[in-house]
Amino acid sequence: MPTADELKTRIEEAIPGAQAQVEDLTGGGDHFRAEVVSERFDGLSRIDQHKLIYDVFGDEVGGPIHALSLKTSTPGGTP
Amino acid sequence: MTNDEIRAFLEEAIKDNSVMLFMKGTPDQPACGFSMRTSAALNSLGVKYAALDILPDPRIRQELSAISEWPTIPQLFVDGKLVGGCDIVTEMYETGELADLLGVEQPDDEPEAPVHGGAGDQQPASSPPLGIENRLS
Repeated sequence: MPTADELKTRIEEAIPGAQAQVEDLTGGGDHFRAEVVSERFDGLSRIDQHKLIYDVFGDEVGGPIHALSLKTSTPGGTP
Repeated sequence: MTNDEIRAFLEEAIKDNSVMLFMKGTPDQPACGFSMRTSAALNSLGVKYAALDILPDPRIRQELSAISEWPTIPQLFVDGKLVGGCDIVTEMYETGELADLLGVEQPDDEPEAPVHGGAGDQQPASSPPLGIENRLS
């Protein structure tokens, strides 16, 4: 069962320079909320920003990770 | 109904409905909090939209995610293009971007506020859900 720390590490490793805050919403290891700040998001639509994060977890989102609520922004602020 | 037929049905639904919501349950009886929040945002904007319950057959979700490359439900499409899931739709509702995208006025009330019996000239917005379950039998 994934933990919030594990998700944070995996996001930050997959997107170098990204800073992630991950919260386990229910304590059950399947509903998470992540806030991610990265320069990689610069110029991308919200859809593409979120897809970058979803891609880190592949099929796990919708599987073991039942829900992953996302908020993405760039260091300069929300585009 | 084969997987290809389901995919064709979904592609047609996205093409034919300018505002198309795929959700768990229906706007009147959402089966998940994320789906509920997303349809509530559309309801409070007073836009007409088509909604499809993905729960009757697991292949609906499978084929939808293959089309959209988006792993979770709900998914909102406007003019054939994926806008996002609950997070993005809620964020866009709050900033007024969703109202802009849909060409409607941003209401004063919160997305959770019920449309029925609310602000005077607004019509309850949701159209009946598409009946894919009928076509699957």
